[in-house]
Amino acid sequence: MTLLRVENLAKSFKGLRAVDDVSFEVTEGSILGVIGPNGAGKTTMFNLVAGALRPDTGRVHLGGKEITGHAPHRITAAGMTRTFQLMRPFYSMTVLENVTVAVLAGGAAKRTARETAAEVIARVGLDKWRDAPTEGLPTAALKRLELARALASKPRVLLLDEVLAGLVPAERTPVMELLERLRTEDGVTLVFVEHIMAAVMRLSDSVLVLDLGRVLTSGAPEEVTRDPRVIEAYLGEDPHAKA
Amino acid sequence: MTTTTAPAATTAAGKPLPRQPWNRHLLAIAVLTVLLIPLPLILPPAQASVAVRVLIFALMSIGWNMMSGFGGMFSFGHAAYFGIGAYAGGFLLVEHNVSPWIGMLVGMVIAAAFATLIGFLALRYKLRGAYFALATFAFAEMLRLWATNSEFVNRAVGYHVPLRPESSWWWMQFEPASANYFWIALGLTVIALVVSVQFVRSRAGQFTKAARDDEDAAAAVGIPVMRYKLLTMALSAAITAVAGAFYVQYFLFIDPDLAFGSSVSIQAILPAVIGGVATIWGPVIGAVVMGPLNDVTATILRNPPPALEFLQGRGGLDVIVYGALLIIIVLLLPQGIYGALRKRWSRR
Amino acid sequence: MTSTPDQDHVAAGNGGGVATLDPDELPTAATRTVPWLRIGVIAALIVVAIVLAYVRAGSGVVVVQAVTTGILIGGIYGLVAMGLTLIFGVLDIVNFAHGSFLALALFLTFGLTQAGLHVYLALAVSVPAMFLLGVLVQRGILAGAMGKPLENQLLITLGISLIIENALLLFFGANPRSVALSGDRGVPIFEAVANLSRILAFVGALLLAGLLYLLLQRTRLGTAIRAVAANDTGAQLVGIDTRVIYAVTFALGTACAGAAGTLVAPLVTIEPTTGSLFNIVAFVVVVLGGMGNVVGALVGGLIIGLAEQLGGIYLPGQSPLLSVFIVFVLVLFLRPQGLFRRSA
Ligand SMILES: Nc1ncnc2c1ncn2[C@@H]1O[C@H](COP(=O)(O)OP(=O)(O)O)[C@@H](O)[C@H]1O
Ligand SMILES: [Mg+2]
Repeated sequence: MTLLRVENLAKSFKGLRAVDDVSFEVTEGSILGVIGPNGAGKTTMFNLVAGALRPDTGRVHLGGKEITGHAPHRITAAGMTRTFQLMRPFYSMTVLENVTVAVLAGGAAKRTARETAAEVIARVGLDKWRDAPTEGLPTAALKRLELARALASKPRVLLLDEVLAGLVPAERTPVMELLERLRTEDGVTLVFVEHIMAAVMRLSDSVLVLDLGRVLTSGAPEEVTRDPRVIEAYLGEDPHAKA
Repeated sequence: MTTTTAPAATTAAGKPLPRQPWNRHLLAIAVLTVLLIPLPLILPPAQASVAVRVLIFALMSIGWNMMSGFGGMFSFGHAAYFGIGAYAGGFLLVEHNVSPWIGMLVGMVIAAAFATLIGFLALRYKLRGAYFALATFAFAEMLRLWATNSEFVNRAVGYHVPLRPESSWWWMQFEPASANYFWIALGLTVIALVVSVQFVRSRAGQFTKAARDDEDAAAAVGIPVMRYKLLTMALSAAITAVAGAFYVQYFLFIDPDLAFGSSVSIQAILPAVIGGVATIWGPVIGAVVMGPLNDVTATILRNPPPALEFLQGRGGLDVIVYGALLIIIVLLLPQGIYGALRKRWSRR
Repeated sequence: MTSTPDQDHVAAGNGGGVATLDPDELPTAATRTVPWLRIGVIAALIVVAIVLAYVRAGSGVVVVQAVTTGILIGGIYGLVAMGLTLIFGVLDIVNFAHGSFLALALFLTFGLTQAGLHVYLALAVSVPAMFLLGVLVQRGILAGAMGKPLENQLLITLGISLIIENALLLFFGANPRSVALSGDRGVPIFEAVANLSRILAFVGALLLAGLLYLLLQRTRLGTAIRAVAANDTGAQLVGIDTRVIYAVTFALGTACAGAAGTLVAPLVTIEPTTGSLFNIVAFVVVVLGGMGNVVGALVGGLIIGLAEQLGGIYLPGQSPLLSVFIVFVLVLFLRPQGLFRRSA
């Protein structure tokens, strides 16, 4: 069953077509990887889908309901949550407080919110930093915090913008395992933007390739990465080395 | 970029949740209240009136701090709400013989409504930073100019509270040096403090803080940012309006400049900035610092040292000291007195 | 503090040429096009406003007088606002002390004329004095808060204004004073009458505004200032000492306030609070003209001068300032970037 359907989405910034007629569908419980060179429009596409930006044209449907142009908090309430490529914690709060706010925003009772938050934190492996202020947290921890905060709202669809970037390989594996468990244990549908090809190959059921705002191609991971157009789009830029 | 400065590692999973400070704050408020109740019976009348002024400052600033500190929306126009409170009380009492308590409630409601309106416009049109501050300032000034030229509120003359033959709680009027004024102000301030503690710990308060820290991230976790910002503004305005309503009854007089002047907005800002923005105790501590300054400088200028003979009886020194204090605090203790102390404590 | 989704990509610094640090991209003097359409619309609005005022007042003389007075005082507003907007454009400071520098210059001028100096010769003292004070204040106080949140700067300049204004009150008392221009008289303009001192102040303000514009556009210093305004990190990379530019720019701004103070001395009652009135109006003008836009400030000054006078016709019995604020709020909500794009 299709959970997320995006049709002909487009957005221009002062003449620059950052997202240009992008369409795709995501089946419930599947994982879609989104790749493309820097500036391809991946983050902008997330912003459009999650309601942070209003598309010029196009529609977004979530679970059969149209959510195009809805405010971000309504989209989250409808079951789709995003993370930010550049970590954006609530800087005046500790890790626990960050996640607690997200749990509360999901409508949980105040009494149990902190316990729930602590569980989510433990689940993403952030326990060590649970009571630390977010200021001065290492990148790896902040990335997990993004993930924890997004999970706290119990999304059906999770949009992940480069959650692995900035992690050393040893730190990536547990996060990838976590993402897999999210799918198998919680049935969360994932759309993730990623530059690290190993992760894309390992996690994705299908892959969407963006270039210059357009869909270059899409399909199974093995096919897509062998596509000469994809290789060309990445030419001059090593897809495996992204800061 | 963040680096790997790992804080002290903590214990493994299942460790108890950290304690929250709210009940300690409430306890501190209770203890302080009990300690302060006998104050006006001990202090000489002049000092007791300083104490009342401290409480008025605190009340104004607790209101400001809610919107601008916890909410992060820098208001440079809290005179609008103070003035609405003052004028609602004055107008209803003088023109319609309504009890100041009811006037206070009406003032709170109008101030909250006005704040919601301004807030809605400002957020709707995405005013940020300097633009937001200037817009709040403009609305306060518009009220001042309107009041100054409107027959409806007695133009520049404003209102004198009529004196009553005997003391009365219902009319909030007692003999000039009565301790009752202090107790009322104390009661109102304590209520405001408790409200601010309860607000910060509440869902609404947490959402407001999150939205202050990062509006988009807050929206992304599902917080209706606009709604909570407006709520915060309304609450903030209502508290500052209480200060205005009490002010009229205490000083028995209000006019457009005293109510809506930009110096009123500054008086709402200063205690919080001096004491510590976005802290529960900041406005109170700042008010304790600021309240007596006026009298200290007035005393100095009543009998200036010989070299400054020519300054005798002049005004302005107190505000000069406020200004200097403001600059020094912002440059050296940007978290204010309480903020700096708290940081000290938590380091240990 | 708050940020937009855009920052994701700006900070990522990849992709298109937004927010690059490329020194080649520093603005060059001649690459600006004049927004004729917008100017036309604004001019049309002003004409409509004047016609409506005529309908409301029912008397041509009243309207001509209002327009004349409005334009003349508007020139002064423009000069004050140019200083303010320059400071905002380059230092990112909302300077609440601007009006108090003007007040200081007023009192200085008063003192100098008491000592026998001609009012306009006092410019030779007040302008350098305010420039110097500007350097001192920027280096001594504001430099310590550069790059801090906007509120911090705002509070500091607020502190400075409290100190200056109340120091004047402390030393000179609250009694209003005045400066007379010898040989001041009414000069007929069309059907209106304007005081010579008002006309001279207007002309002086325009001359100084022109000088400032030339300084910004035609000198090395001006180029450096504009470079810092556009992108301070980039300017630093091409070898501009931004600390000097900050100080000089702030001082130029306060010098504008100083010049305006002397020019208006014969027109206003001299009190410690006189400056804050100009400060309020200048803020309105700055937003109207686009924060950081020097030419916009001058044009905005004229518009606000007009709005103030015509507002007196629309809203009789209300303070002229009220109409200024109404214009302000409308501009804030409908066109917060100002009538003209920012281009310091
Ligand atoms: N708010 C914006 N304003 C102007 N241009 C933008 C904005 N956001 C993104 N862009 C541009 O849109 C293009 C796509 O950016 P982005 O979506 O961040 O790419 P990606 O995430 O694939 O690296 C880039 O050229 C970028 O510069
Ligand atoms: Mg991106």
